[in-house]
Order: sequence, then C-alpha cells, then structure tokens
Amino acid sequence: MNLFSLSWNYIRSKPLNTVLNILLMSLGIAIILVLLLLNSQLEENLGKNKRGVDLVVGAKGSPLQLILANVYHIDFPTGNIKLTEAKALTRNRLIKSAIPLALGDNYRSFRIVGTNHDYVKLYQGEVDQGALWKNNLEVTVGANVAKRLGLKVGDDFFGAHGMSVSDLEHDEARYEVVGVLAAGNSVLDNLILTNIESVWKVHAHEEEEEHGHEEDPVLGSAYETGFPDGDEDAEITSMLIQFRSAMGAVQLPRMINANTNMQAASPAFETQRLFSLLGIGVNMIRSFAYIIIVIAGLSIFISLYNALKDRKYDLAIMRSLGASRSKLFVHVIIEGVIITLLGGLFGFVLGHALVEILAGYYEKSEEVGITGLVFVNQELIVLLLSIGVGVLSALLPAFNAYRTDISKVLAQD
Amino acid sequence: MILIDKLNFGYSEQRILSISRMEVKESEHLLILGNSGSGKTTLLHILGGLLSPKEGRVIIGETDLYGLSGSQRDKYRGQNIGLVFQKAHLISALSVQDNLLLAQYLSGAAQDKGRVHEVLKELNLGDKLNKRVRQLSQGEQQRVTIARALLNRPRVILADEPTASLDDNNAAVVLNMLKAQAEKYQASLIIATHDQRVKDQFDLQLNLHAL
Repeated sequence: MNLFSLSWNYIRSKPLNTVLNILLMSLGIAIILVLLLLNSQLEENLGKNKRGVDLVVGAKGSPLQLILANVYHIDFPTGNIKLTEAKALTRNRLIKSAIPLALGDNYRSFRIVGTNHDYVKLYQGEVDQGALWKNNLEVTVGANVAKRLGLKVGDDFFGAHGMSVSDLEHDEARYEVVGVLAAGNSVLDNLILTNIESVWKVHAHEEEEEHGHEEDPVLGSAYETGFPDGDEDAEITSMLIQFRSAMGAVQLPRMINANTNMQAASPAFETQRLFSLLGIGVNMIRSFAYIIIVIAGLSIFISLYNALKDRKYDLAIMRSLGASRSKLFVHVIIEGVIITLLGGLFGFVLGHALVEILAGYYEKSEEVGITGLVFVNQELIVLLLSIGVGVLSALLPAFNAYRTDISKVLAQD
Repeated sequence: MILIDKLNFGYSEQRILSISRMEVKESEHLLILGNSGSGKTTLLHILGGLLSPKEGRVIIGETDLYGLSGSQRDKYRGQNIGLVFQKAHLISALSVQDNLLLAQYLSGAAQDKGRVHEVLKELNLGDKLNKRVRQLSQGEQQRVTIARALLNRPRVILADEPTASLDDNNAAVVLNMLKAQAEKYQASLIIATHDQRVKDQFDLQLNLHAL
C-alpha cells in the first residue's frame, strides 16, 4: 500500500467518471498531436525539398502555384517560358547555376519531368538499379514510382498528356526505364525523370502526327547539365536557380519580374506565406483542442471536488491513522495526475493512429511524406501538459484535503 | 501511561471544562461518561491529539503530545494511539486487508501482512481478508476498525461510543474484545460513552456531568 495505489483504488472505484475524464483529456491531446505531427512533417518535408533552390523562374501567374508545381510537384504549372529567354537569363553573373524543367506529362498520375542530371544531384539522389538517362526517351524512375507501379529496368510505357490519369495517352512515343533511384525522402521518389528533348519529342509527335517509329536511340544534347539545344520556338516550364551571392536575392527577382515575360518566385518566401495562410486554420483547430483540454481539467476538478466531499471522513480517518496534511495533499494531486496522464497516454496513441489512418486514406499524403509512425520532440509537451492539467485541476481539492479539520469531521457522526 | 495536566477545554466559548490532573496507568481502563453534548468526544479528541486544548498538557509515556509539531503529532498518533469511533469509518474503496495495510503505511510502520492476518484472526475476521468493506455487516466493520486500532500495538486505545450503533450481542462482543486486546498489549483503554450497557464493567469512571 502506498499513496499511488491508494489513489489508484479510488479512481477504480468510480469507473464511469474516470472513463469520461480520460476520454475528454485524450481527445484534446489527440487533436493537438495530429496538428503537431502534420505541421512538423509538412514543414520538414517542404523545407527539405526547397533546399538548394533560391529562386524558381517560370511563366507569369501565381508565385505560390509556380513553387508548388515546380518544386513540390503538387500543383499544375503556370505555363511555359521560351528556352531562348531562359538561356539568356542564365548568363547573368548573379546566377551560379540553373536547372531547366519541362513538365506536362504523367504516367499513371506520376509526373514525367524533363531535366538534367543536376536535378538528381540537387536532392542527392542515388541510383539503386541501372543508370541515369542519357538517350532520348530513356527514363529513370523514383523509388516510390517503381514500387507502386512495379516498374523495373527494361520496362517500357506510354506517357499520358497532362497531370492526371484520365487524359489521353501519347501512344506514339514509348519511354524505356533505364534506372531506378534509391528512396531519399525527397520529391525524386515520386517522379519519372528524363531529358527535356524526350518531353519535346513526345509533344512534337502529337503535332507532326507521323514519323518513322522505330528510330535508333538519339543521345540527349544536355542530359548531364545545362540547357538542351532547341529551335527558337522551343519551350520549357521553368528553371531552378541558385544565386552566386546574396546580391542575387535582392536584384534578380525584381529584374526578372520587371524586364522579362517570366516570373521569379522564392520558395522560402512562398512556403512561409503558405504556412501563414494555413496557420489561421491550424490555430483555430488548436484553440479548439485547448478548450477541450480546459473542459477536461474542469471536469476532473468537479469530479474530485465532489468525490472529496463524500470522502472527508476517509481523509479524517487517514489523518487519525498518522497521515500528515501534506501526505493527503499529495494523495489528491496524484489522483488528478493519474487521470490526466492516462488521458495523455491514450491521446498519444489516438493521435498517432489518426494521422496514420488519414495518411493511408489520402494518397497525396504519401507524396508529401506524412506518416503517423514518427515521433517529434515537441510531443514531450504533451507529457508536461498532461501532468500540468492534472496538478492544476487537483490543486483546490487537494488544498481542501490539506485543511481537513479531523476533530470537526469526526465529531459530526 | 496517559497523564492530563491542568487541562482546559470546551465545546463552545460558554462551556469550558477543566481537569486539573488525571492519570490512567498502563493496563488501566477509564470510562468517560456523560450525555451527548457534555464534551466526551472533545476530551477524547484532545487525548488523541486530534484537537488542541485551550490550555494544559497531555502526556503519553514521556511525550508531551501538544509539544510536538503537527506532522510529528500525526506520526506519533499513528504509532501509539489506536482510535475507534462510533461509526466504522473504513475506506470503502479498499479491501479489508488494504485498509489495514494503509494504517501501517500511514503510520510509517513497515507493511507486514503477517501481522495483518494475525490481528484479523484474533478478532475472528480471518476469512474476511479480501472482502470489500461494503460486504461486511455493521458488527464486522466495527471489529475491523478495532483490528485497525490495534494493528500498530498502540500504548493507548481511545474509543468513542464504540457500541452505540450495535445490538446487545455485538456490543458485548466488541466491548470484550476491546478489553481483552488492551490487556494483551498492556495498553490503556479509554472509552467515552453514554451507553448504560458498558457502565458496570469499568471501575475507573469519569463523569463529565459531575464536573
């Protein structure tokens, strides 16, 4: 027998009250945890994928859309830019490097991205099987693409126009898988990479209708780095730019937006803007969770307060058996903390399970990299919060227990 | 064993009682008599260290009860004074055994299940060990409180109307047990009562009405 098992026995003797309080507490904790997990994973993954990209240059339109489409590959592209204009811009002395991207096709909802090997290096991608693409119509697929579609080296497929599955297939140009990338928890996992000329070629077929079908493989003109050779009508979707110095951040965006037909957007600035937009919703849900926790604390307080009215004889008897005032104080506090800790623990399991279920339910969440099976440091706050609510809600009842006038209570027989 | 020295106390401001000197020796029994409202319970609480008197000292063995600090007095009471009340106040959330283990724990003594079994057996409660308090009869519950009071081998046993809510049969059983156990542990037994059934069995009597 000790104070803990004493408190535990009292809790067990009122199962309905206890279950209600634990449920309330766990609900609040679970909501906070879901937000915490989603937010931190989103922030981490978005942060990881924009590393090394100082500026995205693409067609005019929404800057946020430009970033979402070209860095995270979750939105539609804003349009195309002229290859010649893009090339001219890269000669600017403030630009250290530029990676061209050509979007527009997909294969069973995974995007086909025309680019060069620098793009793989940007995310420190590594080849798991086969090799990176060299010839036109060769592709290297991301780890998740290979897993989900069962693609392996030597397979071939037809791309489909547009960004979603239902669109028409380009049944003229057949892509061949020459490599599979190792999983790296970056956007590469969900992309099909090829060189820009392959993307052009697929679309050129569409326009010119007929050509010789079984051609010999043609070596891409700029598969490793730089921009491909194209005629003056050739277009790309965007380019990812790295500055040579901080001066670039000051001068380049203004120069591009004012003097060219292109638009420049900063991933850092746009994701921050996105979070501040999301933040309003997140803050509202979070406030709601805190209100639930306050109600849980209040409910525990009322339960304890009422229970202790019935238990004043118990408390007086405990005093007469040798318990000091402070022992009774601690006994009541422990009772509150046990309930909120159980609530916190249950909420912890519930929160992670909810995120995992949500992640399994929405396919997109896998692309953004959301899972319920990771733990973040901030979750320790949940532990502190649980204990804090327990102590706070038990404080007044415990103080009443502390003040018990043994003689008066016992004389009231 | 228990000595009262120049004690002044009262239920209310108007009715102050005073006892200049009284001693109950080891193995002696004292009966405090008086109608309800005469101050029996108050006196008993003062003797038990539950209520500070207005003036005077209560000395048990060598210890001045009200010379101790609050928590020291709580501890001293747990270890040396066994209390029995009119109603059997047991912790209903706990089993019989846990009620007794709690008494050992709160007094700071080692928790000894052997001792718990021994005392319960002495009071014919050996088979009630794991019963819930609510499953016991009134008389059985009162016997458990006696077991609890005796558990730590107290030097003084204080009983406040221990027989008032019991029938003749149970009252006799409880009274005999209290006397027998007090003798066994050589403790001083002090009973406050207005119960006529108890009166004839004690030589030493204090009638608060007569003061």
